[in-house]
Amino acid sequence: MRYLPSNENDRAQMLDVIGVKSIDDLFEDVPKSARLKDLIDLPKHQSEQAIEQHMARLSAKSVSASSVPFFCGAGAYKHHIPATVDHLIQRSEFLTAYTPYQPEISQGTLQALFEFQTQVALLTGTEVANASMYDGSTACAEAVVMAKRVTRKSKAILAPGLHPHYAAATQTLASTLDISINEVTPQIGADAGVIDMITDETACVVVQSPNVFGEIVDLAPIAEKAHAHKALLIAVFTEPVALAAIKSPGEQGADIVVGEGQGLGVGLNYGGPHVGLFACRQKLVRQMPGRVCGETVDANGERGYVLTLSTREQHIRREKATSNICTNSGLCCLAFTIHMSLLGDAGLKRMATLNHEAACHMADIIDGIDGTEVLNDTFFNEFTVRLSRPAEEVVDALAEKNILGGVPFSRIAPDGDPSLLLVCTTEVVSDADMHAFGHALEEVLG
Amino acid sequence: MKTQGRPTSPVAANDAMQPKTVSGNKALKQATKLIFETGTPRRTGVDLPEPKGRASRLGDHAREGEIGLPGLSEPETMRHYVRLSQKNYAIDLGVYPLGSCTMKHNPRLNEKVARMPGFADVHPLQPISTVQGALELMHELSHWICTLTGMPAVALTPKAGAHGELCGMMAIRARLDADGQSQRRRVLVPESAHGTNPATAVQCGFTVDEIPASGDGRVNLDALKDKIKSDPDTVAGIMLTNPNTCGLFERDIIEIADLIHAAGGYFYCDGANFNALVGRVRPGDLGVDAMHLNLHKTFSTPHGGGGPGSGPTVLSDALKTHAPVPYVVQTDEGYDLVEHKDEVSFGRMCAFHGQMGMYSRALTYMMSHGSDGLKQATEDAVLNANYIQASLSDVMTPAFGGVCMHEALFDDRFLKDTGVETLDFAKAMIDEGYHPMTMYFPLVVHGAMLIEPTESESKGELDRFILSMRHLAEKAKAGEADMFKQAPVHAPMRRLDETQAARKPVLRWTPPVETAEAAE
Repeated sequence: MRYLPSNENDRAQMLDVIGVKSIDDLFEDVPKSARLKDLIDLPKHQSEQAIEQHMARLSAKSVSASSVPFFCGAGAYKHHIPATVDHLIQRSEFLTAYTPYQPEISQGTLQALFEFQTQVALLTGTEVANASMYDGSTACAEAVVMAKRVTRKSKAILAPGLHPHYAAATQTLASTLDISINEVTPQIGADAGVIDMITDETACVVVQSPNVFGEIVDLAPIAEKAHAHKALLIAVFTEPVALAAIKSPGEQGADIVVGEGQGLGVGLNYGGPHVGLFACRQKLVRQMPGRVCGETVDANGERGYVLTLSTREQHIRREKATSNICTNSGLCCLAFTIHMSLLGDAGLKRMATLNHEAACHMADIIDGIDGTEVLNDTFFNEFTVRLSRPAEEVVDALAEKNILGGVPFSRIAPDGDPSLLLVCTTEVVSDADMHAFGHALEEVLG
Repeated sequence: MKTQGRPTSPVAANDAMQPKTVSGNKALKQATKLIFETGTPRRTGVDLPEPKGRASRLGDHAREGEIGLPGLSEPETMRHYVRLSQKNYAIDLGVYPLGSCTMKHNPRLNEKVARMPGFADVHPLQPISTVQGALELMHELSHWICTLTGMPAVALTPKAGAHGELCGMMAIRARLDADGQSQRRRVLVPESAHGTNPATAVQCGFTVDEIPASGDGRVNLDALKDKIKSDPDTVAGIMLTNPNTCGLFERDIIEIADLIHAAGGYFYCDGANFNALVGRVRPGDLGVDAMHLNLHKTFSTPHGGGGPGSGPTVLSDALKTHAPVPYVVQTDEGYDLVEHKDEVSFGRMCAFHGQMGMYSRALTYMMSHGSDGLKQATEDAVLNANYIQASLSDVMTPAFGGVCMHEALFDDRFLKDTGVETLDFAKAMIDEGYHPMTMYFPLVVHGAMLIEPTESESKGELDRFILSMRHLAEKAKAGEADMFKQAPVHAPMRRLDETQAARKPVLRWTPPVETAEAAE
């Protein structure tokens, strides 16, 4: 077996040093009834070539985003990732290192995390960020739990524009921790309504912008009302590129900002791994979940980085930890950071502008088709269309024509309006793709 | 080559000469400033077309002013991150014997497969008809996992080990609630458990009742019986790692499972150490109700400096109906996804289907090894750990007697009165060219040193490692504490001040004060 360096001779010598006769002697603590006598009923080892062939054939059974006109968003976004990113994250020293618990030989990972945290803080307009969560939805759930710790109150308000999957993940975690959450019915144009729901009992209000329908939400008045009632505003985003185009949640008064970082540096990966971003005010940092990297000096007085504030974490605090999270999205943070370093302010802003312009153009095309209505007043790179036929049927018909034409809203909200279609247009979509989509949509609806 | 006039042999080395360089570089160790100190917001390493100036639909929400993100050209980016990478230790560089973390070889075929477009470049909400290959891979992985564990079902979605623990404990809670047993909120957790276990139990709304260890490093069965007997109606279950964090198989595991079941509770097994059992023992034969697998440990998906991981969680018949959404089902036409929860599922754990990029790598690993190779890998991992234990037991102090499983646990008795502590010993290992073992864990042993070599190390590599460890143990006993206190001296940095980092946390770069004032 190509991955195992020992041969029979080595094994015999090692058994001899240990002082046992056979490998079975090392498993003597296993109860007899549980010792397997035969090989497990699965295929035996295979060559690299055989497996590569098998996997390539499986891969070919799916339609990849790059191979067709592609308009899906709703929490995962197709952007161009420079080749440099994937090369660098495959460096052995990054790829095959563990969590940087020994800082003297982990400065590469640690400095990159410090850069990552700074980039996330700048992008979200907040003071500090942690070293990542699993994804945007789990970051959102953890933020609600954190708000309970900070405010010592246990009522959370979720806005009607929050991605239903984020709401569901939050509901799952909150359900066991005596956090009560309002009944959320996803609705377009209704986020400002949360202002009237905030009371002195409110721990936090969770608002997504751009929301799941693509609308940009004015967070400032919500923050103001929340703060007047000693509640926290948790701002959520699913598309990090949007934050280069719209006012940052931090500058609008958000206390905690959480979201999905996949759009920068990380591919679609059929939903994972992605990278959860988590940022907040400095004064809340000791209640924050997850790892965090900080600056310090070494014994020579030289600047270096370490994991810090670990007294919040499970490996030190056990049942009193702020979260059970251990492994996070390390390598995806690195990809995010490298992509951001390549872009810089100028590149990221241009990328955001290209996304927005493409979406504006797509919205105009769709608006000109009979049987459609674009519902958004505002949007960044995705918007909601009401169709004259159920969106799921339309999307299936478009797929027959080799166009991945967006996400039916009912796919993520089973009780949601079946006529709504979420359409996303990023910089990877060409004008020709947009026109192909427009024509196909016309045919399907016609 | 012309050699005339060019000296071809060096003068004798004088180690006292350690010039402080103007550049701050030390040959291959390049000084690396932060991108914020070298990049500028106007520079970019990505060529993007000119915007066309089409209308804006941002309303009055447009972001104004600079974000402050520095940009680098492509060669500068490449150099910055390659330099950083050279300050990291990695499995591909040398032995990485972190106990409980399972730092085994990461085959590059897995990376290649994970990047195939049908797995890496598909959207989680594409029509089901367009993702049949991805779903088939998930179904195939489920089959391998269920067969290896002897369990009837697996929830693939959990995104890491601790997320898998959450999945299992949520399923237990849902089952208890469905059975009208909501008063069962007490979870028994051995004191040797990973920190994630008690943290998870609390995150699921349970209380933690700690079980002491017995003198042989295993669960104290009498203490466990007493804990159950004290109030059997409140027992929700037990969270037990097997092999445990001392590297020992819990001999009484079947009896423990029976006791918990008889009391009306469920058995959560922390599967972090399943790599000691694959192909030789199936958790399903031990009475387990739920167990997560760390694909990034047992099945070699890379740790990536802290993640991403993946924590598929196997579930017994009693728990499987409570599994989270989404999950894959096989139909007449191929594969389908169940995406919305019914009455009994405990709900959704994350935005999409979990870690596809880890499923493809892990399945590739499993198929590469096959039933025979997986069993051999397990045996080699256990053999290597025992070889290390046997080869060091005369100079270091094994925490418990007898054979171990996939990792060897030592305590710090051998360092008594030397002035050297476990931390110093670990730092001296860095100078020897090794990543230190897991230290100060498990908590049941004083100054713990937990060594997990994995099956990826050859006997030659183990012998060199053993030689270094023996050398260090002897140096410590010979009174050379100073050398240990100074260590590491050969690493890119000397020992870092963690106290200062925690006391005055600096968690991001901020512009130097002069610049900030000038800007105002």
